Parts: sequence; structure tokens; C-alpha cells
Amino acid sequence: MKRSMTKVILLAGAMMLAACHGKTAVKEQPAAGATVPANETSGPANGSGTTMSPLPGAAAGSVSALAEAANNAPIDTRTIYFDFDKSDIKPQYDDVIAAHAKTLTANPTLKIKLEGNTDERGTREYNIGLGERRAQAVRRALMLQGVADSQITTVSYGSERPAVEGDTEAAWSKNRRVDMVYQP
Amino acid sequence: MNKRLLLLAAPLWILIAGITAAPPAWPEFLVQITRGQDTAIPIAIVPFAVPPGASTFDVAGLVGHDLDGSGRFKSMDRKDMIGQPHTGAEIAFDDWRRLNSDYILVGRLARPAPNAYDIVYELYNVLTRQRLLGYQIHTDSAGLRLASHQIADMVYQSITGIRGAFATHIAYVSVLGHVPHRTYQLVVADADGANPHVVMQSSQPLMSPAWSPHGRRIAYVSFEDHLPSIYVQYLKTGARRRVSATAGVNQAPAWSPDGKRLAVTLSDRAGNLDIYILDLATGALTRVTHDPGIDTEAQWSNDGRSLYFTSDRDGGPQIFQKSLGAGGRPRRLTFDGSYNARPRLSPDESQLALVTREHGDYRIATLDLKHGAGMRVLTKGRFDVSPSFAPNGAEIIYATRSAGRGVLALVSTDGRVQQTLMSTVGEVQEPAWGPFQGND
Repeated sequence: MKRSMTKVILLAGAMMLAACHGKTAVKEQPAAGATVPANETSGPANGSGTTMSPLPGAAAGSVSALAEAANNAPIDTRTIYFDFDKSDIKPQYDDVIAAHAKTLTANPTLKIKLEGNTDERGTREYNIGLGERRAQAVRRALMLQGVADSQITTVSYGSERPAVEGDTEAAWSKNRRVDMVYQP
Repeated sequence: MNKRLLLLAAPLWILIAGITAAPPAWPEFLVQITRGQDTAIPIAIVPFAVPPGASTFDVAGLVGHDLDGSGRFKSMDRKDMIGQPHTGAEIAFDDWRRLNSDYILVGRLARPAPNAYDIVYELYNVLTRQRLLGYQIHTDSAGLRLASHQIADMVYQSITGIRGAFATHIAYVSVLGHVPHRTYQLVVADADGANPHVVMQSSQPLMSPAWSPHGRRIAYVSFEDHLPSIYVQYLKTGARRRVSATAGVNQAPAWSPDGKRLAVTLSDRAGNLDIYILDLATGALTRVTHDPGIDTEAQWSNDGRSLYFTSDRDGGPQIFQKSLGAGGRPRRLTFDGSYNARPRLSPDESQLALVTREHGDYRIATLDLKHGAGMRVLTKGRFDVSPSFAPNGAEIIYATRSAGRGVLALVSTDGRVQQTLMSTVGEVQEPAWGPFQGND
């Protein structure tokens, strides 16, 4: 109930941002596509600049373009992916950060937990440090857009909680991430 | 001449599972020697005599398994043996000499009571016919495995001059299931992987097990509250205490040599990781590093006066050493390559084991601390991490990956012998080799 309300507030802002961003977003496509999961490169944030917003209570089972667009709306992106050994947020996530910042500033009692993760290579404790750096990068980005410090907690899981198992770059690219988790 | 010593080989621990009752899915290890040593010492380990109706536990077989696994010995195949002597008087030395066996171990079990065993064993130099060892061990049927490791320790020390570490223990983290439904277990097992006991289990990550100096406690990081905390747990009782749960990061516990303090990694609100010393009795924190980079993975010097640690203050992670107390800047120790992390000090402080990156692959290396001979890469894997010295310094246990799974492996400190310990279930990671226990 609360969640769907949040979504509605958000989408207006997200649409605006996507529209503004359309001019420059294209050139930020990752070169080989290897470092970013495929579904992250096909969302409206990188694409044509067209964002469709779902109607509240739209049929969940629908496979229409409308529902698909909803899944790719910036506010529905809860994961930010990073390049190897990097903690800077790529410009393609500007819309995502903006959408979440908008939600959080509009709902000052809302809290978000930023979970930093790395891929499984390297030493585990140093990876905790890298995961923390990524979570902090997202925290700073949200705070720059007005989110209160008290709304954000960070945790680093390092390489302890991969999203995808496997010893390939395809798996690793999905594990170098910050998961944004709204707290109940 | 007739030197005899009675060693009491009672089971060392009763281990109790941590928070949850653990469904025991014990990993069992299969040893796979991947690179041997051509200078292995030939030794005949004759099956021990067993009284009728006694345990069929193969003491001599386990002694041979231990010695062969060290890479320093090559035990004779039983089918090549020309007899089965059980006492020194029964050994036909000339015959054993023709079989090119440098040493021979003989022994016998007696059962003075229904669940009591006396193991008598003797080690001889085949060439000189000199008796090098003659001991009796008193134990029970549950202690036969430990007694076998103790015999292997004595043989190893008698011939190599280096104290054996077969009767020690390892801790490691085992991960069962697959994301997002993983189970993390902290396991303590014999050094050969046998007798695994789950000492803590959680649906959230467990990491960085560290043995207290006398091996009675283990410190580790647990995410059971969905945030990291450091716990210290007594192995005998299972009793544990949360010793660090500050806001942010609580990681990388390392015991001071006196067992009274932990070096830990904590973060400030901005997420900057630095190393602190936590006094376990008072809870007082003393900050050690002050740098905007990641400072973590501390390890104490034996005198407790300095810490080795990983820092990326100069860019990529490198190993530094900092004196405690006297202030002063940390001294950088590694300069080869762009990634050197997680130092572990050899027991004699002559070298550090660490993780180094070579062409994108992570490998175990040693850094000479005594003679400035630099770094030596010991392994050839792609994902070799978490090195931990055996308490005798002869071997390093580490984590690697094989066929898509996390497994443990061993490399001799001279790099000549490598073995993989294949677990039959789950992922195995973060081995920590425990200290010598008991009679030290």
C-alpha cells in the first residue's frame, strides 16, 4: 500500500529527469557491454528518452509494453552496478539516483539501506572496504540531492553475498553492486 | 635408551553449535597431491599389531597419510613390505635396507580395559639400527585418530627437526546452498579435515575466523543481525560474546599475542576504514591508523609491538607495518605489483604470506622479512586467497577454487609441494590454522 503510493509520487520526477537526460545519455553506453548486465543497458535511462509510466494498480500479469517499461523505470531500479575496482557511479544511473532521492526527500520518514558488494576476486576483508566505498558513493549522491543523513544506513557485504554465482565476468559484473533496500 | 613417555590423548574439545542447532552436513576432504617433491624421504610404516576384538582403526595408515601429505616423506606400499615386525627386535634390518627404506616405524596396540588403548611405537634408522623414538600413548577408541597424528608429529620432528603440526586444528567457513538461500557455517576440524564440527551457523555471512593464541577461543565476523559484528566464542562451551558492534564496519579481528586485545577494522560515518585496538576486558578502543584509504587486515608481530596490515593509501592495496605506541609513519613493505594484501606472519617472523595479483590472477606469495630477498609467488591458481601458516611454519593453507567451487589447498612454504583438499559438499573458504595445543 505504502509502496505503491511512493511509486506514484516518484514517477513524475523520474519522467522529467529522463527527458532532461535524453540528450547526453546515449554516449554513456558501456563499450563492450561486458561490464554491465544486459538489462541495465536497455532501460529508459539509456535509451530513447521515452519513459512510460504505469497506472496505479495495473494488471500484474500483463506482459504489455506498459508493464515492461514499469519494471525499467528509474525508481524500480534498486541496484547500481560498478566497474571492476571502481566506486564511482556511472552517469547512466543519474536518473536512478534522482528518482530515489526524490522519493526519500518527499517522504522524510522513509529509510533506505545501501548494501555495498564486490565480485568474489581478491581478499575478503579488503573487499569489505571496496563494498563500503560503493555504498558511500551512493550515500553521498543521495545526500547531494537533499536526502537526510538520518534516512540512510550503509552496510558492506564485500564479496560475501554475490547476486550471481560463477567464476565468469558475466557473474562478477552482476555482483559489483549497491543494492538499495527500503526499510520497513 | 628405554625412554618412554605417557601422553594423555583425551579428546581436546567438546564443540557445541552456536545459535542454531546445525543439521550436520560435514564436508569430507579428499587429498589430491598436485605437485610432489622428488626428495621425499623413504620410510616404512608397518601396520601396527592389534589385539583380537579391538578397534580396526588403522593407526599406521593414518601416520603414513600424514607423512606422505607433508610431501617430505614417501611411505612404502604395504604390498612391498617383506614382513610385519611390531617391535624393534623383530626388524630384519638388512632386508629393509635392501628395500631402500631409510626409516622404519613399528608398533602395537594393547587393550588393558574395554575402551582403553595403549599404543607402543618405535622408530628406527634402518642404516644405523639406532632407535630414534620409543613411546607409549594411552588413549581410548575416540582418541585413536588424535594419537595417530601425535605419532606422525613425533616421527616428523625426529627426522626433519621441525615440530609436526598434524595434531593441530583448522577453522574455516563453509557455504551451503545457493544464492539467495545460503547457509554459512563456521567449522573447526582436525588439520587433515577430519572431525569437522560446526561451531556457528547462520543464514547471513560469517567471515574472518581467527584463533586465540592458545586455541581456546575463535574471533569471527557475523552478519546475523544484517550488520557486521565481531564475536569471540569459546570452543569448549560454545559460549560467545559480541565484542564489537559499532555503527558501520566491524571487521578483520586479529588477536594480540597475549590474547587480551583484538586489532579490528572499524569505519567512521563517511565509511573510512581504519585499524583500532580493542581491549577485550575494558572495551577501550585505541586508534592505530589515520588515513582516508582502506586500512584493514591487521596482523600482530610476535612481540605485540607492531601491526602488519593492508592499506590502499598509495593507490592499490599494499602491505604496511606500523609500530604501536611510538607514533611514526607506517612503513610500506611491498612494492612489486599493484595488489598485495592480507599479510600473515610466519611463526618465526622470517616472512609474510600474502595475496598478490599477477596478470589478473590472485596468488599466494611470501615476502622475505629477514634478508630483503623480496617476494616469491608460491601458487599458480586464479583465485588463491586467505593464506594461513601452519604453526610450525612448514606449510600454508589457503582458499582457492576448483571446478567452480571453493576448496582449501596447501602449499609448502618452500613452494615445492602442493595439495588440494577437495570438500565433498558446499563451498569452503577462509581457512585459519590453529596454534599448537596441549603440551606447549
